Amino acid sequence: MNNELELKDLYDGFRDAKTIKAYAKIIKEDAKLLDKDIHIMEVCGGHTHTIMKYGIPQLLPSNIKFIHGPGCPVCIMPKERIDNAYVLSMQENVILVTLGDMIKVPGSKASLQDARAKGADVRFVYSPMDCIKIANENPDKRVVFFAIGFETTTPMTAALIQTVIKQDIKNICFHINHVTVPEVMCELIDTTDHNIDAFLGPSHVSVISGSKIYEIFPKEYKIPVVVGGFEPVDVMQSISMIVKQFIEKRCELEIEYKRLVSYDGNKKAQDLMSKYFEKTTFKWRGLGNVKNSGFELKEQFAKYNAKVIYKDVLPTQEKKDHKLCICGDILRGVANPPDCTIFGTACKPTKPVGSCMVSSEGACAAYYKYGNLI
Amino acid sequence: MNKTITLAHGNGGAENNELINKVFYKAFKNEILSKSEDAAVIHGGELAFSTDSFTVSPLFFNGADIGKLAICGTCNDLSMMGAKPKYLTCSVIIEEGFEIKSLEKIVASMKEELSKNGAIVVSGDTKVVPKGSVDKIFINTTGIGEIQYKGISSNNISEDDLILVSRDIGAHGATIFAAREGMDLETSLKSDCTSLYPQVEALIKSGIKITALRDATRGGVSAVLNEWAKQSDICIEIQEDKIPVCDEVNGICEMLGFEAMSLANEGTFVLAIPKEDAQKAIEVLQTFEEAKNASIIGKVTQQYEKKVVLHSSWGTKRFLETPTGELLPRIC
Repeated sequence: MNNELELKDLYDGFRDAKTIKAYAKIIKEDAKLLDKDIHIMEVCGGHTHTIMKYGIPQLLPSNIKFIHGPGCPVCIMPKERIDNAYVLSMQENVILVTLGDMIKVPGSKASLQDARAKGADVRFVYSPMDCIKIANENPDKRVVFFAIGFETTTPMTAALIQTVIKQDIKNICFHINHVTVPEVMCELIDTTDHNIDAFLGPSHVSVISGSKIYEIFPKEYKIPVVVGGFEPVDVMQSISMIVKQFIEKRCELEIEYKRLVSYDGNKKAQDLMSKYFEKTTFKWRGLGNVKNSGFELKEQFAKYNAKVIYKDVLPTQEKKDHKLCICGDILRGVANPPDCTIFGTACKPTKPVGSCMVSSEGACAAYYKYGNLI
Repeated sequence: MNKTITLAHGNGGAENNELINKVFYKAFKNEILSKSEDAAVIHGGELAFSTDSFTVSPLFFNGADIGKLAICGTCNDLSMMGAKPKYLTCSVIIEEGFEIKSLEKIVASMKEELSKNGAIVVSGDTKVVPKGSVDKIFINTTGIGEIQYKGISSNNISEDDLILVSRDIGAHGATIFAAREGMDLETSLKSDCTSLYPQVEALIKSGIKITALRDATRGGVSAVLNEWAKQSDICIEIQEDKIPVCDEVNGICEMLGFEAMSLANEGTFVLAIPKEDAQKAIEVLQTFEEAKNASIIGKVTQQYEKKVVLHSSWGTKRFLETPTGELLPRIC
């Protein structure tokens, strides 16, 4: 008998129609007991993608509403950082390497895709470790890894830095753009006239950092958090858990995604991150500077830092978003994609104006692709 | 439209359509071209005529190589108009330094596939260009076929038709992704690349009425359905759980954040068949080993004009859009 776990086993049961319908029924019944509408912010773009792709809102009663949060690594990238990536890619003998969707995001003038069309060597990798192979195959060139993402991708960058140092690879450097989730959630609550009643926390972030990072929200802000997985059954179960907290007058931090998330998270990954990175202020697109919400390479590793190596050519001036683009409001959860006057007209996935339309995790792209009309 | 060409302009999806419409159709506009069929119907409806160029990396992959693709691609375009492939031209652009042994292997694949179609190469051209000017080898094939069943058109689909697919989808696109550098994926997945004329011929011989056929190459089933919805001014409603997708394709889609409906195929076609003949068409297709998963996946309505609607098994629905952009893996 073949006992090997197959990839399909990891998601098959979590898309079961009967289970999804059963949760829809439970939520509908429970929601009748609510004395007010519940606005749930799904912090992560991955959840936005699931919610739209699987038509979750169509299964929910009208008193449960989603607010789309800021958690998309591509959407939150300010234009000046994309301009940095563009300039780096146009340097002589540079191979700029990054992850997936980042290639399509427009900076103040152009995207990395445009740079590639102009002859720049821009590549995307599935794993940051692939940079080593590229660097070894191109000894006379410098590989610049434009590192992006939340707590989920940060340990992979740290592991790459560790390998580069251990193997004394001289032609790889890093432009670090990693960000963290809890600080921006606090910022949203503290500075925005929000109506967030509960958070759906991204499970993959907590696989690394544990559920403990959200403890502040039920304790100090009196907002419940459920850390949930990304499959439709996970999302439905998480919503059901949130609704139950409200009808039972509880306000707690709960984990739906118990199959991988613990309170403390992955200690080894956390140690690796703190070995190479220190917390810094990060300017979020649409939100502005958020203290301690970003990572930067520690000073002792400055010789690997592209911002130091290329400081004479990298643009530093701040860039404003397109005047009609409301990505900032969408990322702050105070507007929905269809509220934007250029949504689906001047701004489409084929020619995105704002970053929320670029990434498949972006709220605008999810609305455009999966049902802005249904 | 962008000022320069990007890889997205060759994706078989929205940007590709825009480029074709705004540059090529604008210049070459004529009655035959504007029908946007898989192959042009010429010579008083007797002949089908089509051309295609092939660039693929890697050149050799599980289930096929660029040579087999180059024959299947053009012959299948002819087959989709109910035509039997007869005469092909073959034009190759080869990069300096390319191994003759690899070229011979590619040509042997072409020969084998030509015989399956009963077609011959009657004219050709060879160009060699300096290293770096092309990626190893590019092949163009052009073909002429004799139409065996007249009237097939993507512009005539109506509520009298049901929508079918000939087999499980996305195998070619997923195989190519798995074989790409940097993936290191071990998989037994095989491209679906095959000549479709034998299946089309069997449908014709069994007396089944055919409204439209299209092989779901770049842009996948999703692009075909959207093109049909626009060309025939209809709404196509698809039942997601009826779409055959093998576990390995699903696995690759899961890992990289793709949809099987948008992945390329090289031996899978979509059919619009009158309701009364749809079940018989499935039975005929299922006599072929490669089409044993043939399935009726949807119907034609007028609910949302020029749109494709995907219904989930738990009762939700959403639009299935034409794929856009270069297929890139999701970040997290």
